[in-house]
Amino acid sequence: MALAKLKADTTEARLSGLTVPAGFDAARKDALLRVVTMGLPSRRDEYWKYTDPTTLTAADAVAATVLEIDEPLLFGAVDQIKVVFVDGVFDAAASDDLTQEGLEIARLSDIADTDIHWAKDFYGTLETRGQNPVYRPLATLNTAFATDGIVIRATAKVKKPVSLVYLHKDDTSDVMLHSLVRVEAGAEVTVLENGPAAARFNSVLEVDVADGGAFHHVRAQGRDHERRAVTHCFARIGCESLFKSFTLTVNGRLTRNECIIEMLGDDAVAHVAGACVGDGDDFHHDDTVFITHDALNGESRQVFKKVLRNGAVGVFQGKILVKEGAQKTDGYQISQSLLLDGDSQFLAKPELEIYADDVACSHGSTSGAIDEDALFYLQSRGVSRQAGTDLLTLAFLAEALDEIGDDALADDLRDRLESWLARRS
Amino acid sequence: MLEIKGLMADLQDEDKTILKGVDLSIEAGQVHAIMGPNGSGKSTLSYILSGKDGYEVTGGSATLDGVDLLDMEPEERAAAGLFLAFQYPVEIPGVGNMTFLRTAVNAQRKARGEEELSAGDFLRVVREKAKSLKIDADMLKRPVNVGFSGGEKKRNEILQMAMLEPKMCILDETDSGLDVDAMKLVAEGVNALRSEGRSFLVITHYQRLLDHIKPDVVHIMANGRIIKSGGPELALEVENNGYADILEEVA
Repeated sequence: MALAKLKADTTEARLSGLTVPAGFDAARKDALLRVVTMGLPSRRDEYWKYTDPTTLTAADAVAATVLEIDEPLLFGAVDQIKVVFVDGVFDAAASDDLTQEGLEIARLSDIADTDIHWAKDFYGTLETRGQNPVYRPLATLNTAFATDGIVIRATAKVKKPVSLVYLHKDDTSDVMLHSLVRVEAGAEVTVLENGPAAARFNSVLEVDVADGGAFHHVRAQGRDHERRAVTHCFARIGCESLFKSFTLTVNGRLTRNECIIEMLGDDAVAHVAGACVGDGDDFHHDDTVFITHDALNGESRQVFKKVLRNGAVGVFQGKILVKEGAQKTDGYQISQSLLLDGDSQFLAKPELEIYADDVACSHGSTSGAIDEDALFYLQSRGVSRQAGTDLLTLAFLAEALDEIGDDALADDLRDRLESWLARRS
Repeated sequence: MLEIKGLMADLQDEDKTILKGVDLSIEAGQVHAIMGPNGSGKSTLSYILSGKDGYEVTGGSATLDGVDLLDMEPEERAAAGLFLAFQYPVEIPGVGNMTFLRTAVNAQRKARGEEELSAGDFLRVVREKAKSLKIDADMLKRPVNVGFSGGEKKRNEILQMAMLEPKMCILDETDSGLDVDAMKLVAEGVNALRSEGRSFLVITHYQRLLDHIKPDVVHIMANGRIIKSGGPELALEVENNGYADILEEVA
């Protein structure tokens, strides 16, 4: 079959230039086998119908000009443990000391040749679980070939966030990072991710939250116009646990953010939210979310807002799967786009699949233009059409930004977004 | 202050002529009222003066202190000193009332080449003006007009007017949807702003508002024109006899 052949050829071409790094040998070997079996995705795959993965699966990354901007680091004012990667390479000099009470932090590559480490058995586990019912071969590729990442184990409630800063300095960098987070029972940790990372970035974050644990994740994907990224967050959360993730995407040619959450314990809460601002017909942004309720009384929320103009394309594929027995599930999903002109597109595929009979699940999706009455009202008070549009744009995104639990981080993102909109570059 | 000469305008989408030659001259410090039956073009006049989309001016002129209004963007008209208190103030979810006020005040100051107000100064002024309009802190915090009662919305309009200190204020049926007490409060807010350098154009259906905001001149508008002008007694005549007599007399 021509299609199967094409897939095999693409996969082979991609793999031929890669070497399996040392460490996690069993997991990497398994992943390599799996990726060959699955084959890398093409647009013919249902799950990639709205986003063309060609540049993500190609043997070589397309070069991306580094955007030189002079502005302070996002979240810079927050007391944090900074971990810096420059084009995927750990920068020890720019990073903070990784010792912190209540946390064990290590680099993935540093524990690669350790014999005993909790991460040894965990690496690739959630990624593997996340392949059912839909294949995510780019994540498997990452498990096989990721060169580095960060490994965090939280044993207490820690306020100070671990801040992963991904700098992009090389136009041709092609990077795969794989990070692991284990939140022990009753513990709490916040992970920040910030920056464009590379010309092409493939990341996997596996998050295991034990009973009563809490994981907070706030991410801003950097403003380089030409960067491409596919990111995956696989989470498994226990009883009375909390998982909260927010992503801001501004610019970038292609971004696919996948978030796969399994709610395995009763009374668990999972919130995933995203705000995206896309400008130009070379902007394509895809949020793909899959939340599985497999326990009692779980609450999940998906809130995604996209502002698109000048031919930008936004995609949302969000699913809530309620398994048999997951009674009293409360699932909510909303995806909305603000289309600032007639050329931009929003494609939404909301899905509910429910096998329990006592649940409350709702989903909604809207696309709309700017409210001309509101805009005229602002103009009649002296606010320019441009500034008024920005104000209404921020107001539209506010509901997603409100999903961020931490006020300081939310304010920082809001301020930055405001200045980005005003500056238009 | 405001000079309107032979103003003619169509509704863009429907090819319908709404204003058929409006002449109106308001001097500095004066309060003029426009009354008229439904569909006479009163609200359209206010929209065209403030620059709303959807209308096409086909003739005539409108100037504010000699400056052509019709050529300007809505925000430029606002910066030039024009203010429209909306008949139906617009709800803007997600934008805090305070943010909205500060953005508006500073945008106008900037457009006029003045310094922006500091956050502290702004807050002090807003609180003071809000108090006299019985607008509480909660209303200032909430999104613009969202969940406001009819009275709250109209008071919020007057607060905006007080903050922006325009030269020429147009009040489009500010009394609609108000109970007697709310109307008094709004009228007091307007009266507090009356000054030598500031003019008002009050569009209303009822004489009642004009008991509180005393006009210098009353105009009757019908079928896209001002058909009769006179003193405050004209409003009383309308109140007592309706428009029929006046329409007949002019025809």
